[in-house]
Amino acid sequence: MRTFLKVVGFSFCVILFYALYASYGIPQVKPEAPPVEEKLNLGSMTMDQFIALGDKIFNGKGTCTLCHNPVGGRAPILDSVASMAMEHLKDPRYKGKAKTSEEYIKESMVIPSAFVVAGFGVKGTNDTESPMPNVTTGAIGLNEAEVDAVIAYLQKKAGQEVTVKIPTGAPAGKDEKAAETAPASPAKKPEELVAKLGCGVCHKIAGQPGVLGPDLTKIGAARKEDYIRRAVLDPDADIAKQCPTGPCLPGVMPKDYKDKMTAGEFEMLVKFMANSK
Amino acid sequence: MKFSKKITLTFFIILFLVLASPIILNITSKSSVFSLQPLSIVLAEEVKQDAAAAPAEETAVKEDKAKPAYPPAPKLKESDYPKVKGFNGRIVIWLAAQLHLWFAAFVLAVPIFVLIIEGIGVATKDERYDKMAYEFIKISLTAYSITAVFGGLLAFSLIVFYPDFLKYMANIFGSTMLAYAFLFFAESASLYIYYYGWNWLKHGFKKWVHLTIGLILNAVGTTLMFLANAWVTFMMSPGGVDAAGVFQGNDWAVIHNFLWNPINLHRFVANVAYGGSVVGAYAAYRFLSAQTRDEKAHYDWMGYTANFIAIAALLPLPFAGYWLTAEIYAYSQQMGITLMGGVFAWLFIIQAVLIGALFLSANYYLWCGMGRSEGAVRYNKYIKYIAFVIIACFLVWFTPHTLVMTQAELKALGGPYHKYLGPLGIMPAKNTAVNIMILFTFLSFLLYRRANKVATVSWAKYGNIAQTAIFAGAIINIVFLGVYYGYFTNTVLKVGSSVPQVASTLSVIIFCIIIDVLMFKGAKDVAPLKWGNVPDRSQYALFLLAVSFTWLMGLMGYIRSGIRQHWHVYAIMRDNSADAFTPTIGYSAQIVSIGVIIFMAIVIFIFWLNQISSKKA
Ligand code: HEC
Ligand code: HEC
Ligand code: HEM
Repeated sequence: MRTFLKVVGFSFCVILFYALYASYGIPQVKPEAPPVEEKLNLGSMTMDQFIALGDKIFNGKGTCTLCHNPVGGRAPILDSVASMAMEHLKDPRYKGKAKTSEEYIKESMVIPSAFVVAGFGVKGTNDTESPMPNVTTGAIGLNEAEVDAVIAYLQKKAGQEVTVKIPTGAPAGKDEKAAETAPASPAKKPEELVAKLGCGVCHKIAGQPGVLGPDLTKIGAARKEDYIRRAVLDPDADIAKQCPTGPCLPGVMPKDYKDKMTAGEFEMLVKFMANSK
Repeated sequence: MKFSKKITLTFFIILFLVLASPIILNITSKSSVFSLQPLSIVLAEEVKQDAAAAPAEETAVKEDKAKPAYPPAPKLKESDYPKVKGFNGRIVIWLAAQLHLWFAAFVLAVPIFVLIIEGIGVATKDERYDKMAYEFIKISLTAYSITAVFGGLLAFSLIVFYPDFLKYMANIFGSTMLAYAFLFFAESASLYIYYYGWNWLKHGFKKWVHLTIGLILNAVGTTLMFLANAWVTFMMSPGGVDAAGVFQGNDWAVIHNFLWNPINLHRFVANVAYGGSVVGAYAAYRFLSAQTRDEKAHYDWMGYTANFIAIAALLPLPFAGYWLTAEIYAYSQQMGITLMGGVFAWLFIIQAVLIGALFLSANYYLWCGMGRSEGAVRYNKYIKYIAFVIIACFLVWFTPHTLVMTQAELKALGGPYHKYLGPLGIMPAKNTAVNIMILFTFLSFLLYRRANKVATVSWAKYGNIAQTAIFAGAIINIVFLGVYYGYFTNTVLKVGSSVPQVASTLSVIIFCIIIDVLMFKGAKDVAPLKWGNVPDRSQYALFLLAVSFTWLMGLMGYIRSGIRQHWHVYAIMRDNSADAFTPTIGYSAQIVSIGVIIFMAIVIFIFWLNQISSKKA
């Protein structure tokens, strides 16, 4: 009986150790929730909103950043793909039908093997076959409007003119219900928006006097646009050092602003802060 | 043998329930009369009826559906998943499937090495082997009925919680499911004849009949597993269906999907290692509770043999694992990165810890075993170096992850996935560590082998030099390759880049074994081996091995399933249940731990049954 208890006790301790190690020895990452199929109201979208939609797809549902990111080296960075497109079209290895940068990007997403960026092909195929999946099928399954939104986003990101048209009557917009996130009337001026969202409760911004968070009246001088964007969408990603009343604390700034503005409003707000120098 | 009769009876009741479950499914879903038509046809009929019942809008689709009669994968809503108060469907399925897998792995693996041991017994005419083989198979017998219980439970919980998914799978796999049921009968029959006929078919020509039955048993068992693997791999890398999930009518294409063979191999090898480790734990338990010296000696020997089997299968396992991973990348780079670069990457740190525990306990057990031999003093001084190298390799294996990735650093990178890509960069370092760890485990084994022997061949000295040279050469080669690939190339390192390292390791093992066998042919024993002469704590290494292995299997089973993310069938049939999300690592580990505890409790119960039934006899 003693042997029995010893053995059971020992085994139990081993299991306990593994369970505790997995629960506390390793950072607990909360994986992304599965993507939801959203109803897009393309008809009433501005180009900025459309581009923001592309951003969202690129970084979310499209899973593009799984491969296209600066860390893994598994796929080219796409920041300037829209300007590189014309060069790739001239490449002798190019076998597609695209003429413009818009068509090129679309082709890259739908028939990835039409041109394989040197060094990124499937191993052993001498860069004739792309490991990238057709993003309109399979696990990613973007629809046409979503593909266009991503193209718009990539063009914008490369600083090129956005040539994509916002599709109307696309399949995703089948039922004419307004997108859930967009409120009835978007704010027209940044000040109006700041007032509506209550940033001034904590920040000195747009004539409001808050002192709980950093002064934002000169934020554009210290911070880049990308940083500001992230600071609003995911406030705990970086924590500012100095707040008026002492060191800044994480978890104070609400995290749900991304659900409270339209993409257009968000762009406007970011621009506004980036220009506050 | 009253007791075994009872078990047999329970077993057949369960068997009946399992086999009846597809029919129950049929009745509950459509209350159709009992029918012997293949399930696939029945279900396809149903779908046709469904289509006919659907309103006008469907007509266009219906027309071309009328011919092949296979439906596309259904698009489900959250409300399509039945809810049972007080139960979480995913956890029920998770535990039922995992427990079924544990027992099945054990039950399929044991006959493999029982047959081998029986064969050795015949070849060496040593009664002890036969006795041990018989004892092994006896342990797996009770486990067999429990496997069936959990199989039934799994089928039942699928019916309850994921009926539409099961229906879709049954549509495609109808014929293989029937084959599975048939094979299950064949497996039961051959297992029972093999076990109950052991003493009857013991001598002369009859022994060959018995061995043949053992062979049939294994052939059937392995086929059975391969069939079940086809279902699992179909969910990961569906083949034989079009983009909408419509079955194209070719059974073989569905079975022989992209990941089928890699999983077949990895599971087959892992199962043998796993079976060995559980039997080892049994022997350890009997050793610790043994009353006489003879009993102790017997169970020591049994534990040693079981551990030997576990290690022999453990050594090639990392290679099978890398092949599997390489194939996952080849199938879908996206899935591959989710596996090794996404949230799941963290699980591989746990995996590294577990595999480290496996290797360390296996080595520790070998070192303790040196106490059985008087000649071992000659080698004891090397053990500390081996221990040092193995621990160092183990550390290399898993530290770089944790160093690179504090939460804050990760956050700074932004984006949901790519922040975990970092560890891929150090894949070559990991490979190097694993290979060296394997080599040194092999070295432990070589030392153990010769601990009690003195070579008598004239060229023994050169043999030793050759072995040392092979070892040294391989290690230099492995380290060089690791450093070169790891730090001096810019290529995108794919998992397959470790092939030359693996080749070095394998050739060391092969050549050293050949030299060793020749060199110690007719070697003198220093003194008779003193079986039973090992410290009690060595037995705990065997428990550690068994528990770690079980936990590891649970973890890997979760990973295999988890990398499909929110898909029942990857990219074809979406999981829209409330539980489609990927849970955190801690949560998964806790479920796995609960599973392991249930499993261990049942296994201890089986051991206990065995003990009391052998007392009676
Ligand atoms: C599984 C990894 C993977 C995923 C996911 C992925 N890509 Fe790619 N992509 C690649 C690789 C590798 C290349 C380089 C080879 C090539 O040119 O096809 C590439 C190339 C491209 C190119 C062409 C780049 C050039 O310079 O010509 C574009 C555009 C692109 N991807 C867009 C996307 C978008 C948009 C998404 C998300 C909807 C996405 N990719 C998702 C791996 C991926
Ligand atoms: C409840 C108080 C609170 C509200 C409301 C609030 N913030 Fe903040 N905010 C903070 C705090 C505290 C910090 C500093 C900690 C941090 O960086 O997360 C901060 C940081 C920031 C930063 C980063 C500053 C830097 O230099 O790093 C920006 C930009 C910002 N907030 C913008 C906004 C905007 C725009 C709104 C309105 C939409 C808003 N905040 C609403 C409390 C608030
Ligand atoms: C010493 C090294 C290894 C050991 C001991 C080991 C052990 C195991 C075991 C016991 C299983 C469960 C088998 C079953 O369910 O029948 C398993 C499955 C799996 N292993 Fe490994 N493995 C090793 C290496 C690897 C490596 C290096 C990888 C990939 C990086 C890997 C990937 C997997 C996957 C994805 C599964 C799930 C397959 C399934 O359960 O169906 N393994 N492994």
